[in-house]
Amino acid sequence: MATPVTVYGPPLSTAVSRVLVCLLEKDVPFQLVPISMAKGEHKKPDYLKIQPFGQVPAFQDDEITLFESRAICRYIADKYPSKGTMGLFGTNPLVKASIDQWLEAESQSFNPPSSILAFQLVFAPRMKLKQDKALIKQNEAKLVKVLDIYENRLGESRYLAGDEFTLADLSHLPNTQYLVEKTNRAELFMSRRNVGRWWDEISSRPSWKKVVEMQNAPSQ
Amino acid sequence: MVVKVYGPDYASPKRVLVCLVEKEVEFETVPVNLVTGENRSPEYLKLQPFGSLPVIQDGDYTLFESRAIIRYYAEKYKSQGTDLLGKTIEDQGLVQQWLEVEAHNFHPPLNDLVLHIMFSSVLGFTRDEQVIKESEEKLGKVLDVYEDRLSKSRYLAGDFFSLADLSHLPFTNYLVGPVGKEYMIKERKHVSAWWDDISSRPSWQKVLQLCK
Repeated sequence: MATPVTVYGPPLSTAVSRVLVCLLEKDVPFQLVPISMAKGEHKKPDYLKIQPFGQVPAFQDDEITLFESRAICRYIADKYPSKGTMGLFGTNPLVKASIDQWLEAESQSFNPPSSILAFQLVFAPRMKLKQDKALIKQNEAKLVKVLDIYENRLGESRYLAGDEFTLADLSHLPNTQYLVEKTNRAELFMSRRNVGRWWDEISSRPSWKKVVEMQNAPSQ
Repeated sequence: MVVKVYGPDYASPKRVLVCLVEKEVEFETVPVNLVTGENRSPEYLKLQPFGSLPVIQDGDYTLFESRAIIRYYAEKYKSQGTDLLGKTIEDQGLVQQWLEVEAHNFHPPLNDLVLHIMFSSVLGFTRDEQVIKESEEKLGKVLDVYEDRLSKSRYLAGDFFSLADLSHLPFTNYLVGPVGKEYMIKERKHVSAWWDDISSRPSWQKVLQLCK
């Protein structure tokens, strides 16, 4: 039980950081094996054996190898229900399903436009790729519609699934961190009173601060 | 109190229906007309604020997002009907993994094919041949990974039919039917055998009958 689990991938990756913050919330010790995407390590045969789609992260513990960050998070929450933040995935099936509903909303409605925006506004310049202005405009419009729904929801409830911080909120941390801190589009979030309040709360959790430290560490 | 499932004429709600049939859970359906914009009515948006299908009502409890709904019912009725989750936490992890693969790798390019080929004129946008071409390429690469996986494993998560396989039924049904790209499945030996297996399950046949 004391063997640390292994996470493969760079902490700068949004999907990798999703898993890292979940492990920190659940007090599950881990080791991080860096995978350099710049060097194409995620497409090499050894890595493809554990993640056949050539994506990050991948995860291993004593029993299993898994990929897909939200599946890994669900697995960690199910395997360690009484460690760390206990309500992360609910303590009964009805609450769990409500959390799952908002986790799916993140995955289906929030993630696509926010990922594209983060890539276009943060990563493309770093990689010296040309930005696609039409794509930026299109996805900003999509994201605005989602944030309007969140604004409404977070006026009814402190966090997305209810009064407690859960996997549903956690799943939003990686993309939002980039958009709020590394682009000039922070006001998409911060101009909305309830969304702004929610972002301040979830991003100041010690677990997320630790992940951001890992992202900002030199030697990436 | 019988579960109400909204939007049975469309694909994502069928994900829920086939799950309920597998779990031997009674339900009734409530039609929602996307063409007339019924999903944008204030009444519907109160239930599903994104205006998407499906949403379910189970007594006072409302739940949206088809994959959240199927996880809920698979767990709630674990001891009746087909076990769609897996016996151990590790088996369940694999089911979750392949359900996420369906959601993030399989669904997006297939959804683009469905939208442009089947629904562009009905929903009022221009069919984009470039999007169709790129989506087919992306989906093909995903199916190549499936072909390899299914050559080593009878179903996606292991030797048992699970939520992960079930989740593929509605949109793959479009792919081999009205989208007109059955060859993408048939040309891949193990994917083809898997598709024949899962699509001939009585539960899926029942859903197709119900929604004629």
